[in-house]
Amino acid sequence: MSAIITLSLLAILVLYLGLFKARNALLPVSLLGLVSTLVLFVIQWEGQAVPLYSGMVLFDHYAIAFSVLCVLLTILVLLLSKNYFDAGSTHIAEYYALILFSLTGALLVTSFHNLAMLFIGIEIMSVALYILAGIRKKDFASNEAALKYFLMGAFSTGFLLFGVALLYGASGSFDLAEIKDYVVSNPQAVSPLFYGGILLLLVGLAFKVGAAPFHFWAPDVYDGAPILITTFMITVVKTAAFAGFLRLFYFCFVPLQDFWMPALLVMTVVTLFIGNITALVQSSFKRMLAYSSISHAGYMLFAIVAVGPSSSEAVLIYAAAYSLASVVAFGTLILVKRATGSDHFEAFNGLAKKNPYLSLALTVAMLSLAGIPLTAGFIGKFMMFSGVLADYQILLVVLAVLNAAIGIFYYFRVIVAMYFRPLDRDQLVVNGYYKTVLVVAILATLLLGIYPAWITGLV
Amino acid sequence: MDNLFILLLLPVLGAIALAFVKQAKAARQLALLVSLVSLGLTIPFLSGFVPDASIQFEQQFAWIPALGIHFHIGIDGISLPLVLLTNGLVPLIILSAFSYDYKGGFYALVLFMQAGLLLVFTALDAFAFYVGWEIALIPIYFICALWGGENRIRVNLKFFIYTFLGSLLMLIAIIYLHLQVPSGDYELTSFYQLALDSSTQRWIFWAFFLAFAIKMPIFPFHTWQPDTYTEAPTAGTMLLAGIMLKMGVYGLIRWLIPVAPLGFAAYGHLALVLCIIGVVYGSIIAFKQQDVKRLVAYSSIAHVGLIGAGIFAWNVQGVQGAMIQMVNHGISVVGLFFVLDIVTRRLGTREMSDMGGIAKAAPALAILFLVIVMGAVGLPLTNGFVGEFLLLMGIYQYGIWYSVFGGLTLILGAVYLLRMYQKVMLGDANAKTSDFADVRGTEWLVLAIIAVLVIGIGIYPKPLLHISEAAVTELIGKVSLINN
Repeated sequence: MSAIITLSLLAILVLYLGLFKARNALLPVSLLGLVSTLVLFVIQWEGQAVPLYSGMVLFDHYAIAFSVLCVLLTILVLLLSKNYFDAGSTHIAEYYALILFSLTGALLVTSFHNLAMLFIGIEIMSVALYILAGIRKKDFASNEAALKYFLMGAFSTGFLLFGVALLYGASGSFDLAEIKDYVVSNPQAVSPLFYGGILLLLVGLAFKVGAAPFHFWAPDVYDGAPILITTFMITVVKTAAFAGFLRLFYFCFVPLQDFWMPALLVMTVVTLFIGNITALVQSSFKRMLAYSSISHAGYMLFAIVAVGPSSSEAVLIYAAAYSLASVVAFGTLILVKRATGSDHFEAFNGLAKKNPYLSLALTVAMLSLAGIPLTAGFIGKFMMFSGVLADYQILLVVLAVLNAAIGIFYYFRVIVAMYFRPLDRDQLVVNGYYKTVLVVAILATLLLGIYPAWITGLV
Repeated sequence: MDNLFILLLLPVLGAIALAFVKQAKAARQLALLVSLVSLGLTIPFLSGFVPDASIQFEQQFAWIPALGIHFHIGIDGISLPLVLLTNGLVPLIILSAFSYDYKGGFYALVLFMQAGLLLVFTALDAFAFYVGWEIALIPIYFICALWGGENRIRVNLKFFIYTFLGSLLMLIAIIYLHLQVPSGDYELTSFYQLALDSSTQRWIFWAFFLAFAIKMPIFPFHTWQPDTYTEAPTAGTMLLAGIMLKMGVYGLIRWLIPVAPLGFAAYGHLALVLCIIGVVYGSIIAFKQQDVKRLVAYSSIAHVGLIGAGIFAWNVQGVQGAMIQMVNHGISVVGLFFVLDIVTRRLGTREMSDMGGIAKAAPALAILFLVIVMGAVGLPLTNGFVGEFLLLMGIYQYGIWYSVFGGLTLILGAVYLLRMYQKVMLGDANAKTSDFADVRGTEWLVLAIIAVLVIGIGIYPKPLLHISEAAVTELIGKVSLINN
């Protein structure tokens, strides 16, 4: 819990730094604060986890593992922010502070033990993001993204809240443990209100993770928001949303699996196909990544379809793999866009000749997203497939495999552009921060892919 | 020195080092050195091998213990010839690329692929097998797409997606089998002992079969093959045809049939018929080709079809024939593609009509090429004869008509390969071919080594057959025990 407090104070401190125009201190202070948050989490690992503050939050291994992942990803995103907003903007302190607030919300979503806390966490996370999506005030796309995200987000929060209210009506409590007791003690006599509540929560959470058919906001928002904000949304926010999703369903709703499973199965299949097939026809790299993030949400839903003790590990590894690869992809995109002004596939033509190591990094990231062995993405897909096959959902895995093969088409387009379409271009300048982020993300991707034993069995 | 880990790790380390070498000359020398050391490291396995049915030189460590995955590798009579083939052909392939100015990246990919191939041929754990299977695919994709011909991007993407889809289906089967294993591991031996019911084994059969059939390729899964072989740089074609397609053949013997014997009992016949169709189809289309590289690509479909048919006949002669023919085909096809590379590079064309009369200007090439063609045709006293004879004998025991149609490879193969030889080497010289420079240096060395192997194995194939005999006999016995 001290980690959450540290983080909130840090965000306020950063705001004050902005007030005193201490621009150069923003990044070091934020990083220092995040690192100390990490340390606090690691210290907490050993202790016995008990629900804190009248059972509001519970920092068990599950919550700590996902929190650490979110904080690490935020550090990577912040490192990429160096010089990103300097051109013309005077609101950099707000940017850092909002990211930190959003992260605080994300940590609450991973660690909630009370439905009220889930709602508050999601709101803290989202409200900061509504502003962040529109942080480029003069950019139409950014404004559109912010408005769309806000409207759709508010709408989905409505569903979520209504679902929470129905669960409360049926079980008489917001506390996860008591709701679980309610379900376990009389599985035959669960009130119809409760079923309605589950469905509404399913819809609300599907909105948040960007699963079809509630995904329509996702491509426009991911495409319109500034690249770094998109990176943050696709990595940290998505990870946290899935962690919350799985936590709720694994903790409370497993006995009622027969009720919500058909709906979730349909959603999963639709998400996979919609994400993949629309990603196929995109000509912009950024938009392709936006649609592919929908299809990855589909793969991650597998863990909830096959909900069980191994699901948390699968989601953790998949989210880590997907986020690391996304950081590399978006980081490279920032560099390319800065040089060429375009985020289309053609903008990557001939990159391998001038920036061989950058191209190699992006290639590894794409292979990881496509799920090729020796990268983290493969281990993630492998665990998802194993989990679902253990549930005897062979048809679902066959459909997923078809989608994985489709995915090759669009992930390889950028590899093809970089390596096989020669073009005379200038070398991109990659500064030290970017180099650090790319190297760290690629090494972690390969390490997770080659020797995942160090992370399996953690949660 | 018989440490399998070192054998697998050496090419990887070589590849990492080579990735940083910018100079073409230094790169190829280092690559050759690494591949020769690999070949040298193979010798202790050959000399220390006891030709019985056991698995030897076993090594393992717990890779992902939480998921029951072990990095378990070892060599038996079925994998040893293929390990030899891989480590023997890679130096030749590297030597054959000396005429090009490839930088370190190219050789790094070749060596990386070698590591993947070796893992496939030695893996005793299904997960490790799958990882090796995919690792071999990535480098060859880049080799073919970076240094290939005009249509390389489209053709190679098709190739990649085709094979990737096949291997993902295999992955499903592997995970499914793993979930049935009581001890919760991915061991080959655990898979052998599963004894699932017939309907499960049937779909397992198809999941594995598709992966292997696409790789080999067996008709009608071959559509990627001619384009990919033709568009690839010669070294890439050699890797694809010489070694990589053997992954599929090896998979049939090692994984498909013993793991799903009841599936094999149900569909083995159909698979054999598909293989025979491939033989006839490949031969007829090869006969019509004007492009020499395409001709050899189609001939490869025919030859592989015969090897597959020998395996699906599932008797000692058939499988032993397949074992030795895998090695022979690797040697011959590397020789053929190298000769064609020399010819097309000097003439600037792949069309047979633009060639002819080279023999006069280049007698050494003419003789070496003749030996290699004879080996590919399967003339007695060459390596091809031993393999095809055994294969046809095995298929004959299965059904006489299959061997009649399978025997067409011998006849049709002789027709189109000799016709190619005639059109390329003999006849009247034209303006270009009259001052054709003869082979020399590394070119001569590579072709001479291949010619010696062609004749050597043809005259005395016994040691090679002896390696795999016990293992093959035992495996066949095991499967027929279940099926009866």
